[in-house]
Amino acid sequence: MTVLKALLKRKTVAIALFYILIVVVAAIFAPWLAPYDPTEQFFEGLSLEGAPLPPDGEFWLGTDLLGRDLLSRVIYGARTSLIIGIVSNGIAVVIGTLVGVTAGFVRGWLGSVLMRLTDLMMAFPALLLAIALAAILQPSLWIVAMVIAMVNWVQIARVIYSETISLSSKDFVAVERTIGVSAPRILFSHLLPHLLPTILVWATLGISTTVLLEATLSFLGVGVQPPMPSWGNIIFESQTYFISAMWLVLFPGIAIIALSLSFNLVGDALRDELDPTLKGRR
Amino acid sequence: MVWYIAKRIAYSLLILLGVTFITYLLLYMIPADPARQIAGRSATTEVVANIRHQLGLDLPFYEQYVRYLGNLLQGDLGRSYVQRSEVSTLLASRVGPTLQLMAAGIGFELLIGITLGIVAALKRNSVLDQVLMAFSFIGVSSPHFIAAMLALYFFAVYLGWFPLGGYGGVEHLLLPAITLGVLGSGWYSRMVRSSMIEVLHQDFIRTARAKGLGRARVLLCHVLPNAIVPVIPMIGIDIGIFMSGLVVVESVFGWPGLGQLAWQAIQQVDIPIIVGVTMLSAVAIVLGNLVADLAVLFVDPRIDVTQT
Repeated sequence: MTVLKALLKRKTVAIALFYILIVVVAAIFAPWLAPYDPTEQFFEGLSLEGAPLPPDGEFWLGTDLLGRDLLSRVIYGARTSLIIGIVSNGIAVVIGTLVGVTAGFVRGWLGSVLMRLTDLMMAFPALLLAIALAAILQPSLWIVAMVIAMVNWVQIARVIYSETISLSSKDFVAVERTIGVSAPRILFSHLLPHLLPTILVWATLGISTTVLLEATLSFLGVGVQPPMPSWGNIIFESQTYFISAMWLVLFPGIAIIALSLSFNLVGDALRDELDPTLKGRR
Repeated sequence: MVWYIAKRIAYSLLILLGVTFITYLLLYMIPADPARQIAGRSATTEVVANIRHQLGLDLPFYEQYVRYLGNLLQGDLGRSYVQRSEVSTLLASRVGPTLQLMAAGIGFELLIGITLGIVAALKRNSVLDQVLMAFSFIGVSSPHFIAAMLALYFFAVYLGWFPLGGYGGVEHLLLPAITLGVLGSGWYSRMVRSSMIEVLHQDFIRTARAKGLGRARVLLCHVLPNAIVPVIPMIGIDIGIFMSGLVVVESVFGWPGLGQLAWQAIQQVDIPIIVGVTMLSAVAIVLGNLVADLAVLFVDPRIDVTQT
């Protein structure tokens, strides 16, 4: 609670949290908030020449190439972004934490193998590996979520690994080892609570990366597949037309940038608040 | 020192071996049967079995991998499904433009990132500092495809300053390179800012000032060379992030490099090409990291390699 209060005191972070709240509300209540059905193609949604309509009183954000209401599609697109953001980032955080803690606490051959594996993963550009995986596995919402998780756990694993190493060398762990506390008990009741702030910070920052990766994959055509709207595939569908229908890129684009920026801002502020060693150095 | 360099190179080779194993797994996972595709739909099972044997597809998993490695060493990356030509030839024809755009893009990243970082550090906690850091945050939070499309629309269509994408002279190169530079500069400016602030507080800077050196001189000869050292390994790490952006920026701007090749392959589900580009960028990343790590040793003699 005190952390939340501290976060709200920063103006930019308060705005970021407010925007995240809007997106969450839009995602949950999409059927009630959206003015139209996101997949319905309106006859009056296209001009006489068959071109999409710019924003006006009836279609607030304009219409897309098939005459569908852009505002409704953007509202429903919030669902896709958040589902992927939460599910796939959640999986990535769990894998990353498991790998990092195992490598840092258990060490031994298993630890080295795991850390070499993260080194190996770092050698690939995340986007290209995700593209290859998604193309092979044939994209759908859940495959995309899984693919993103598979390329995104690496960063968290490395951070948790170095945190675990430095925690394990602290005196209180050594004392507990000496008085015979079992390893799992040290891990669960002493190490993990100390790791929680780091996990929280990187989980927040990770949502930003995940949202960006989903949007990019969908833009390239290997992400969430139409007709299910996602902010990335709205732009994918209209890319050939974007020079004459700028709004089709602008509105979903702003939605993506704002969401990713918000999670970055909140994550960065959380790091300041939760990590006492950073205080005064900024 | 020599021992450290040898170890570092050996480790890079090990990682490269791992890279080939992952790309092999990716190709192995493709659901379609390549023998069936080559033989065509009307081929008898015998013909298909024959082709399977020729390609070595009937061998056990690890033997196929050894074969794959052997082929890789001879520069054979397999065949494209759609274009029916060697992946390596396709890749080779695209490397030039990509290197051009990479050099220009990373150049802009460094130029913008380091300049903004220095200015922000000197004007620490001022409004300018806050604005610059907000700018860097927006840069790293923006997906490349949106930034590229907006840049293309605003500077090429609306203002008409640049051609509408494509390949050619400097005027074609500038806009995609600046887009990549602006988006990627955020990491550098934040890093240069904090490293500058750290150096500015060190004793030798105060000594330099105390013995009467001018502000500009202290900045150029004492602060900058020290503050810039962490940027070098950062370039190595950044190549990985940069390559991801390159794929998207090249496809939006119609720049005929590896990224555009990958993008075309995605639209045709031509997996050997995608895997080929993935492998080539992994090799670039491993080499980039190796070079950056070794370069730091020569730039900063304080780094003690006997401890690592």
